Amino acid sequence: MLDAKIPKGPLDQKWSTYKSTCKLVNPANKRKLEVIVIGTGLAGASAASSLGELGYKVKAFCFQDSPRRAHSIAAQGGINAAKNYQNDGDSVYRLFYDTIKGGDYRSREGNVHRLAEVSASIIDQCVAQGVPFAREYGGLLSNRSFGGTQVQRTFYAAGQTGQQLLIGAYQSLERQVALGNVKMYSRHEMLEIVMIDGKARGIIARNLVTGELERHFGHAVLLCSGGYGNVFYLSTNAMGSNVTAAWKAHKRGAYFGNPCFTQIHPTCIPVSGEHQSKLTLMSESLRNDGRIWVPLKQNDTRRPSEIPETERDYYLERRYPAFGNLVPRDVASRAAKERCDAGYGVGSSRQAVYLDYAFAIDRYGMIECNKQGINNPTKEQLRHYGVEVVKEKYGNLFDMYEKITGENPYEIPMRIYPAVHYTMGGLWVDYELQTNIPGLYALGEANFSDHGANRLGASALMQGLADGYFVIPYTIGNYLADEIRTTNIPTSHPAFEEAEKNTRDRIEKLMSIQGTESPESFHKRLGKIMWDKCGMARNAQGLQEAITEIRALREEFWRNVKVTGAINEFNPELDKAGRVADFIELGELMCMDALNRKESCGGHFREESQTEEGEALRDDDNFMFVSAWEFKEGYNWELHKEALEYEVVHPSQRSYK
Amino acid sequence: MTWKQVFTSSIGKKLVMGLTGLFLISFLIVHVGLNACIWVPDHGETFNKGANFMGTMILVRIIEVGLFLGILLHVYQGYLLTAQNNSRRSQNYTAGYGNKGSSWYSRSMGLLGTLILLFLIMHIYHFWTPSRLGGMWGIHELGEADYNNGAVHIHNLYGEMIQVFQNPVVVILYVLGCLSLAYHLAHGFHSAFRTMGLHNRRYAKMIRNFGYGFSIVVCLAFAMMPVSIYFGWVK
Amino acid sequence: MEHYNMNLTLKVWRQKNEKEKGHFETYSVPGISSEMSFLEMFDVLNERLINEGKEPIAFDHDCREGICGACSMHINGKAHGPWAGTTTCQLHMRAFKDGDTIVVEPWRANAFPVIKDLVTDRSALDRIIAAGGYISVNTGNAVDGNSLPVEKDKADTAFAAAACIGCGACVAACKNSSAMLFTGAKVSHLALLPQGNPERKTRVVNMIAQMDKEGFGSCTFTMECEAACPKEISVNNIARLNAEYMRAAFTAEETMG
Repeated sequence: MLDAKIPKGPLDQKWSTYKSTCKLVNPANKRKLEVIVIGTGLAGASAASSLGELGYKVKAFCFQDSPRRAHSIAAQGGINAAKNYQNDGDSVYRLFYDTIKGGDYRSREGNVHRLAEVSASIIDQCVAQGVPFAREYGGLLSNRSFGGTQVQRTFYAAGQTGQQLLIGAYQSLERQVALGNVKMYSRHEMLEIVMIDGKARGIIARNLVTGELERHFGHAVLLCSGGYGNVFYLSTNAMGSNVTAAWKAHKRGAYFGNPCFTQIHPTCIPVSGEHQSKLTLMSESLRNDGRIWVPLKQNDTRRPSEIPETERDYYLERRYPAFGNLVPRDVASRAAKERCDAGYGVGSSRQAVYLDYAFAIDRYGMIECNKQGINNPTKEQLRHYGVEVVKEKYGNLFDMYEKITGENPYEIPMRIYPAVHYTMGGLWVDYELQTNIPGLYALGEANFSDHGANRLGASALMQGLADGYFVIPYTIGNYLADEIRTTNIPTSHPAFEEAEKNTRDRIEKLMSIQGTESPESFHKRLGKIMWDKCGMARNAQGLQEAITEIRALREEFWRNVKVTGAINEFNPELDKAGRVADFIELGELMCMDALNRKESCGGHFREESQTEEGEALRDDDNFMFVSAWEFKEGYNWELHKEALEYEVVHPSQRSYK
Repeated sequence: MTWKQVFTSSIGKKLVMGLTGLFLISFLIVHVGLNACIWVPDHGETFNKGANFMGTMILVRIIEVGLFLGILLHVYQGYLLTAQNNSRRSQNYTAGYGNKGSSWYSRSMGLLGTLILLFLIMHIYHFWTPSRLGGMWGIHELGEADYNNGAVHIHNLYGEMIQVFQNPVVVILYVLGCLSLAYHLAHGFHSAFRTMGLHNRRYAKMIRNFGYGFSIVVCLAFAMMPVSIYFGWVK
Repeated sequence: MEHYNMNLTLKVWRQKNEKEKGHFETYSVPGISSEMSFLEMFDVLNERLINEGKEPIAFDHDCREGICGACSMHINGKAHGPWAGTTTCQLHMRAFKDGDTIVVEPWRANAFPVIKDLVTDRSALDRIIAAGGYISVNTGNAVDGNSLPVEKDKADTAFAAAACIGCGACVAACKNSSAMLFTGAKVSHLALLPQGNPERKTRVVNMIAQMDKEGFGSCTFTMECEAACPKEISVNNIARLNAEYMRAAFTAEETMG
């Protein structure tokens, strides 16, 4: 059994106890300690800038051309915080409870409570940085509601919350760059962890412009490299999002936690054809005002406007009257899949449901007309004012939808379908966010810790920033306090030599194959296997098949991949090939984990384990644990378990009815 | 921040352009107002008297020096900026650009300015040299005119205009000069205010429209002068 | 929306690296669906080039949902192509018709040297931010988020300016290769908020100094940047930047600069 090192004591005092008893590093010593941060999304940028502010010498790496492009930027809806500004009964405990319940009781109480505790400080910090959150006319911060909760605790900046939060963190990071506390390495990709005496001591990174390999020493290494949703090829992740940094750490001994826990987001723009390169999310906030429906009749080919009210099935409202369209993501996604599989899907592909704003437009129109003193408004007036309100709230999302589909969502209901969005799994970390390798940390989506088997909307931003701003500055000190006697290890050390040689060999191998198929093509094939057999619904037979297919694909990849260009130049094909190779290995592990977890929970739905009504059925007796997989030579994995102990919350069957 | 830093920064240089531009615009107002006197049907008496007043008053003469300095600074800084700005893109686009939202004249201020400068040289040669330097290269010193029964004896600038604008080529060049000025002002007027920091949407729009009106009215008035004389509407 | 297929001719800028001279290459791309995004058309072309044993065209892209600011193509003489308020990745092929010839070039500005093909180095923009585009608040220093109300109007204007994605289209589209819209957006964003007030003067002065140092041109208000901006950021922000600069210049304290 793994030990998460959760502090003793009552749940609501664990973090404050930890903070007041953890070891500290004095300022003079901080200057001598070097920290490497991989990735500059919310977790990475906030960690790098906060550690820089504390006085550590930080090196930050990102594969993009600028730290501001990390994919946190694409988060739309908002960030949760237990501020209770709305006086609607929110509290730290409620946020904690909602997150635990939303995660279907597969997350750690200690971590989640800490997350809820620091959530309020995140908002304060971001406001102070100049993040332009939405405000009310009185000048105070505005909130909206999000899936899986009954209070309004989500702070937002139109549909660009992730962007604004990331720019805030990025600006803080650039400030530290200007002050010389952080050295920024853009267009650099981490390709190996360097281990000395069992501790993480540095990395090998490839300069993506020149192709050169570089050695970097650090007293600690922070992986803030995001999630691995791109293993499915089609996802809402950015094209460059990859698992490589986390996977290299895994292959060097870091355990991978709950790899099969992936989140399928219910409201994405459906696939339009073979050419599709990625999927685009329509913010969950749209479910606040939009109503989801399909025709009552199977294979109904009428236009949505021709289908009368009585022939529509608002299936979420029907099945889950208490939460209606605001059920958590996993529930909403499965419900959509269920309808489409049963033949009620809409659009040319029949793999979509309607998200309808006609009602919201009418409702807002009525409110506006009342405000304007228009009695008995005409249909046109209602529409006019209603559209105006909807435009202000969701205009950018509607515009995006129109650009992608060519349809006007103010006139025709949007077509949506679930798509891979987030991965709750990631590197296993303890309470201090440290992996089982001393000195190696994982933050944000790269770790597995806080969301259990399903993440609630607007909680990813919260977790990334919590880890970077408010957790790691304390917990890293607890480790580095014992490292002050470790002087900088020169990068001529044999461990660096060896790590660089391994990396070089692998790159040369990739280039030498010169087969017939592009990395992109392999990626698509992997994605198809994963989506079909390890997607929204999984079963033992499919997963076993998937494992066999993925193994064959891996073998074929290393025999037949074709990488154009050369090593020592800017070569996106080579970058891609390396990432796809890692995804293939990860895919196998995901299927193994999914096969091993014979229960349904959150986003992980095993067809063998469901209630009579088709809801996910947990098996707490046998699976109340975190799966932490250890990589062994020859693509074997050993399962370690971390028992989940609930001291405060009593796990029950999740109900949103 | 030292003044040198202020005025050598990219914004400072633009500020010089804007300030000198507005100064020159203020001169245009006086100039067009005075010249409009040619349309007073008294065979140029009002105009000549006004011109004489401007030409002899010491304060105006001092401002005239400022005017020339203003022109020089505007031209010098303008060329410097244009050259600098053009040097920021060594490899140009192959497909023509700039047609997504900007007007051609806003992108051609250097060219328009050059046309105006050429026009100005011609204009100075026609009217300033004879009154100040006694003329050169075929333009002779101004004749004299007597008013108030011989009590007032002044330069006949009006006569000079009538003479110069008998040549159709000159008239066309003047009209073209005014056209260049109109476009130059259509952009320059509001741009100067923007450079000086006008960012209130409502006033920015107002200034912009006023600028359009100003450039049309002023340049039309200027252009009508040679046209009126050529066609004999003023005698 | 009617779907259709089209055959296109692409003229694409190819350049091996920063030092070597670039040139155009012409490709015919048949069977492109009107449903594809512009970058998916490039994916199709690149896949073909790889199969033919040629090097695919390098271009920057990441999120493909119009927010990360990585994509950057100058399409038929327009930054990000013909659609207003749209990034290259969000441009879809229904903007074109069968038989069209499309010329694709990288951002061109000396401050953005070409790395390869359509990929340029835009790190100058990061350095402008590093020069002062932030509010100096260390983690943990913040007061309660609601302790300082912000006028909604100002908050909204600040947000509109903060929507900048740092793609560099403003520079690419400007005849002077000026980064004033980028810089103005950040200066405006922070100057409009009470939290940004203490550093107003030093911020604008330092950011402009850095902008000049990076080799961007000055603003002559052609407003092409606003038209090219995928987030439709207003040139008003440039005017506000000018106002901020003048405020700093004419009321400079002795300690400044």
